[in-house]
Amino acid sequence: MATLQLRDIRKSFGAFEVIKGIDLEIDDREFVVFVGPSGCGKSTLLRMIAGLEEITGGDLMIDGKRINRVGPADRGLAMVFQSYALYPHMTVRQNMAFALRLARVPKAERDRKVDEAARILQLEPYLERRPKDLSGGQRQRVAIGRAIVRQPKVFLFDEPLSNLDAALRGQMRIELLRLHEELNATMIYVTHDQIEAMTMADKIVVLQAGRVEQVGSPLELYHHPANLFVAGFIGSPRMNLMEAKVVETGPTGTSVALPSGPRIEVPIEGGTTANGDAVTLGIRPEGLRIDPAGPIAGTVALVERLGGLTLLHLTIAGSEPMTVQIEGSDATRTHDQIRLAVDPAACHLFDQAGQALPQHARHPLAA
Amino acid sequence: MSTTSTPDATLSGSEAEATRKVGPLLVMPSVIVLLAWMIVPLVMTLWFSFQYYNLVDPTTRGFAGIDNYAYLVTDPDFWVSLENTLILLVAVLVITVGLGTLLAVVFNLPFPGRNIARVLAISPFFVMPTVSALIWKNLLMHPIYGVFGALASTLGLPPVDWFAQFPLAAVIAIVSWEWLPFALLILLTAVQSLDHEQREAARMDGAGPLAQFFFITLPHLSRAIGVVIMIETIFLLTVFAEIFVTTSGGPGNATTNLAFLIYARALLQYDIGGASAGGVVAIVLANIVAFFLVRSIARRLEV
Repeated sequence: MATLQLRDIRKSFGAFEVIKGIDLEIDDREFVVFVGPSGCGKSTLLRMIAGLEEITGGDLMIDGKRINRVGPADRGLAMVFQSYALYPHMTVRQNMAFALRLARVPKAERDRKVDEAARILQLEPYLERRPKDLSGGQRQRVAIGRAIVRQPKVFLFDEPLSNLDAALRGQMRIELLRLHEELNATMIYVTHDQIEAMTMADKIVVLQAGRVEQVGSPLELYHHPANLFVAGFIGSPRMNLMEAKVVETGPTGTSVALPSGPRIEVPIEGGTTANGDAVTLGIRPEGLRIDPAGPIAGTVALVERLGGLTLLHLTIAGSEPMTVQIEGSDATRTHDQIRLAVDPAACHLFDQAGQALPQHARHPLAA
Repeated sequence: MSTTSTPDATLSGSEAEATRKVGPLLVMPSVIVLLAWMIVPLVMTLWFSFQYYNLVDPTTRGFAGIDNYAYLVTDPDFWVSLENTLILLVAVLVITVGLGTLLAVVFNLPFPGRNIARVLAISPFFVMPTVSALIWKNLLMHPIYGVFGALASTLGLPPVDWFAQFPLAAVIAIVSWEWLPFALLILLTAVQSLDHEQREAARMDGAGPLAQFFFITLPHLSRAIGVVIMIETIFLLTVFAEIFVTTSGGPGNATTNLAFLIYARALLQYDIGGASAGGVVAIVLANIVAFFLVRSIARRLEV
């Protein structure tokens, strides 16, 4: 059982404020991912939760108790570091047992806990080795094992997979999810990799410049981004964003015109926008499809063939370039002139301040 | 057929062969100079150690057999000098490595004026041994106008005549003062190279400052400590200037180490044969120490 509350958490280095007031609720057994571009403060926030950085302002509560002034070892947390931070002169067993040894746990119990963690992580054959004799993935598992033996209330992960190669990263993602299931623990995970965020999180916290941009389930962020930043940050390839003008607002939706001419009607409430207002139209690359009768005309500048998917990069006269994602292998070639149809349900509108206008229908999976 | 099909390979093959032939020739000059530098004195020392050769009495020359060695090992001064050499070595190593490790950890902590303090702490290394020995002898340890004597008298204590009462300890203090900066410099860079995430992981694991020092910092420093011990040992076996300038090996033979004994034999008693025998013993001693040190440290360097 562990819940975490952050109340207006702030952090300043001198006069420079890096964390600008963060409020967050983390439920028991939740897998929360902090995601954001480099320098957004996500690692600092995690280190503040861990107790490695002092908290300048606000309250950090675990299970309802304020722990701002509690030392890192006494918060009941365990952290997995980006560099793994294994102790190079100790064997795997000694590494994993170090915290227990410092806590004066009897040797028999220490061994039992280490053996248990080693079983979960399939590290049994490596217990007497030193970190330098292990592969990257094995070191990663030892670092996780070191966290497991402490039976923490909350696991903290600081970009733990960024030093692994792509294949291993995919494997470790699945392993971490399995662990989360098996250990039934609350986990906070920091990454800049949105695939890790999308695939692992129960709840994603998108951070930018020390502020929370949006909190929600992966599909909520994907289908209902709260603002331009989240819309551009979540999803790969990126959402197509283009300038447009409101031409008509009605009860069923809003019509916008692209600078290149075509009008698109989208099922979004116009809200406070008036006719003629400039807005930003966002369309996911999979919300576009090739259609000879479609409203948007463009020239293919580049084709990326991924086998299962084909990505077309288009130049549009009088508008920003667009990316189109097509299922399967498509025959379209570079320099082809094509027309695109838009799936209105996959469109987003953002006002001048970059805030999303509410959609009529919520996506069924993004409650 | 084969030569025409792979002309490049044969060309580079012959080139490699030519390099193999020319290589030693090109290295030869430096190797010859270095060999001459090492081999000639070594052979001459060995040769003289088996000769009767006294500068005061040029008429007695000739093969001495092992007389020089027999005379050396039956000389009580020799055993005292060996003992002094080892005491000096071990004491200075313990002081410099011990204090150096502590200071390295301290100088790694942030405090105002840290950079200036670091430079000050390291600067004794740049003072030449004769000068620092003279400063210690005349400005610090002199019972009448030395700083220590003045401090003692302000406390109402009688001044200590360091070089008369604790001669070897005084020499150890001077040599430690000279070598502490070296140990500090090496160990400080080693402390700085410690991955800060390791220390943070230890903090999360519940390690306090002391536990962090003993479980994380000290094991991390073991390699650097090995290097410091090895390099200092090489130089500490041959300490001479500090002894020559301060005590001249005295009082009696209290501060005579092997290097000073050889000097005294050769240039105070003019017994080249006996001094050479002492020199050969010093070479053997240095090689024994080097053998064990290099083996134990090289093994640790692999980790």
